[in-house]
Amino acid sequence: MSICAFNRVLVAIVPLALMLLLSLSAEIAQGQVDTFEFDTPEQQQRFRRLSDEFRCPMCQNTSLSGSTGGVAEDLRREVHRMIVEGLTDAEIEQFMFERYGDFIFYKPRLTRETLLLWFGPLLFLGLGGFVVVRIWRNAQNNAPEIGELDDAEQRRLERLAAETTRLKDRS
Amino acid sequence: MLPELGHFSLILALCLCALLGTLPLLGAARGNTQFMGLARPLVAGVFVFIGLAYALLTYSFAVDDFSVTYVQQHSNSLLPLRYKLTAVWGGHEGSFLLWTFMLAGWMLTVALFSRTMPLAFVARVLGVLGLLSVGYLMFMLATSNPFDRLVPLPAADGVDLNSALQDFGFIVHPPTLYMGYVGFSVVFAFAMAALLSGRLDAAWARWCRPWANVAWAILTIGIALGSWWAYYELGWGGWWAWDPVENPPLITWLFGTALIHSLAVTEKRGIFKSWTVMLAILAFAGSLLGTFITRSGLLTSVHAFATDPERGIFILGILVLSIGGALLLFALRAPLLRGRFSFGLLSREMLLLVNNLILVVSAASVFLGTLFPMVYQAITDDLISIGPPYFNAIFVPLMALLVLALGVGPLSRWKKTSGNFLSRQLALAALASLILGVILPLLVTGAMSVGASITAALALWIVFSGLKDARNKMANKKSIAAGLRSLPMSYYGMQLAHLGVAVLLTGAALTTLYSQEKSVLLGVGESIDLGSYEFEFQGAKPITGPNFRGMEATIAVRRDGESLRDLYPERRVYLASGTPSTEMAIDAGFWRDLFVTLGEERGDGAWSMTIYVKPFVRWVWLGTLLMCFGGLLAAADKRYRRVRESRAEAAVTEPSAARSVDGIAGVRV
Repeated sequence: MSICAFNRVLVAIVPLALMLLLSLSAEIAQGQVDTFEFDTPEQQQRFRRLSDEFRCPMCQNTSLSGSTGGVAEDLRREVHRMIVEGLTDAEIEQFMFERYGDFIFYKPRLTRETLLLWFGPLLFLGLGGFVVVRIWRNAQNNAPEIGELDDAEQRRLERLAAETTRLKDRS
Repeated sequence: MLPELGHFSLILALCLCALLGTLPLLGAARGNTQFMGLARPLVAGVFVFIGLAYALLTYSFAVDDFSVTYVQQHSNSLLPLRYKLTAVWGGHEGSFLLWTFMLAGWMLTVALFSRTMPLAFVARVLGVLGLLSVGYLMFMLATSNPFDRLVPLPAADGVDLNSALQDFGFIVHPPTLYMGYVGFSVVFAFAMAALLSGRLDAAWARWCRPWANVAWAILTIGIALGSWWAYYELGWGGWWAWDPVENPPLITWLFGTALIHSLAVTEKRGIFKSWTVMLAILAFAGSLLGTFITRSGLLTSVHAFATDPERGIFILGILVLSIGGALLLFALRAPLLRGRFSFGLLSREMLLLVNNLILVVSAASVFLGTLFPMVYQAITDDLISIGPPYFNAIFVPLMALLVLALGVGPLSRWKKTSGNFLSRQLALAALASLILGVILPLLVTGAMSVGASITAALALWIVFSGLKDARNKMANKKSIAAGLRSLPMSYYGMQLAHLGVAVLLTGAALTTLYSQEKSVLLGVGESIDLGSYEFEFQGAKPITGPNFRGMEATIAVRRDGESLRDLYPERRVYLASGTPSTEMAIDAGFWRDLFVTLGEERGDGAWSMTIYVKPFVRWVWLGTLLMCFGGLLAAADKRYRRVRESRAEAAVTEPSAARSVDGIAGVRV
């Protein structure tokens, strides 16, 4: 990355970081404790999963479940209310998205911009696989031909090597 | 006066580093032994002066010298002495001083334990490290001098050390992590020295391997300590959060893991040289990236230091110069790196390549996820978050693949293995781990679980294939005892580290799958059931510490009506800063942790609290401990310590010697 592009990124980020810091710098991650009641264990599980997947919008970097901040507490209450009222995950996600945008999701949605993010690892795997094959091929081409050992020879060689080690250890 | 002496020591160290970064390198290039011989004494000097600076800063903390800005910002007269002494690394400037001090320590170690290597090589290694130190020291003196005074008048008292840092974890985690991080600078220097000298052979790999193993082992434990600390300090029951500051150590570790495996191939077979050197560069880049991310304020995170763009640019400069220079050298020396041996599609070489492929792809994916938000914002002007759900979705399948390959690797042979042979060897292990994997969760919990079955099967796969391999290795010995004695230390290291992977994997998966938690409001005398445990709240009382006040609750834990023990979670307010904090109470056990976080009082003496039962969570750190010991054992193998005669030297560089047939451990030459 060039210094110029780096500057652009900084220009974009510094005010934002400052804003976040100034607004609620005290919201560090410290075990949250609240006492919601659920009708079923499934609801509780959904609550747990959703509050892990939503980011606390005012914290430095924690999920709703990891923050003690007031905003996170309010949002947890909202999520709890929606679950108990019987909204689906998709509806709850939509509600959060309308309020906070993509920033709220710890698991980014698949869009045109996040294609690289979601398929990047596959791409790396493909590229890496290509490199591996090339290394293998190059090794084939550069290598002087040495006779291969078959399994029986290999075992014999192994026995000899073990023998040698033993003799050495003894001496 | 003393802080100025510290400042002056740093300047002297910089001057010595400038000499170290030029004269020995020049000497090595020209064959001038006198210049080369300067490397070791210069390193001793650098160590002394950086050490002096470090000691003086610590002293300023110890005597509450609040005229020093850094001390004033990170200490307080009420702070307990153990935190005063360690608050040195509680902020950006001091922690960077620790970083350079660690590097000086590694340099000194190289200078002392390099008698078996040629002088020219040592001169180059130390020279490269000297150049790096020049960069670090200039950065420190120009942008982050820890000895700056508070003008015009010293403050009456200090701001205090961040209350979240006042903990045992803070004493042990940063130094260990840095020591591991910086260790990869040494491996990087080895790679650069090899490129510079044009000597990149099996002997080089053997010099390099113990250093890489030790750096890797220390980094492993450094990361594990951080995870353990986060677990008991942050109080959300998690042990890994995929935070942008946690990720660079992991990236470095993944590259480092690939590197120690690739080095094995380079030593045994004289191939993968360019790949090994590239991994050494990447692991080092990972460590610099970590510094960059924490210190530039580029990414928001729970534990980033204060944001300062100027510092970011400076570190970026060091990063670009060192990595750019390394890559340039790499490109110039490419012909040197060509291997001479072929290997089959099914061979140990290939399996190690697959290992490297998966590890590097994992590292690259973590890198992508860590930096993507920044790029995304630069392009779309919009914010995006990438957190645990994303990373888990990518990382977990990759690790499962890696574990599958891990079982096959040690049993396969160099050059060529027949598929028949491998399947004969591994059929039983595969079958046993599959069947047990399905049955075990059912037996223990009474319910089927796909996740737990996969976990158990993978972990058992590592264990069974490892046992089979050990049995093969001892097949020709008279007794098991004789067999065990005949195996080299590095073989034990490998087995132990692989067992560590199995343990870590089990812990990570099972604690995620089976943890239970409940948030409740309990009045005095009320109790609640979770899992097979009963927790009774017996009341809360005020407590006073040296620099905090708070409340301590008493929770009695019972199982089947039988009293187990009492837990005492706390809620503290630190006097100097006024920040509240919670102290978890944990009953740690081999099979499960019980964990209570205290919330707040809600009238009538009733308190809100969250209670967790976390099965197998200790296995996460137990596994990393095993891996760390494995790495150290491998580095302690006696073949690395033997003084090499020229005859043996020649032998290892010869193709025939590289055709050993045994494990990564290898027959001793």
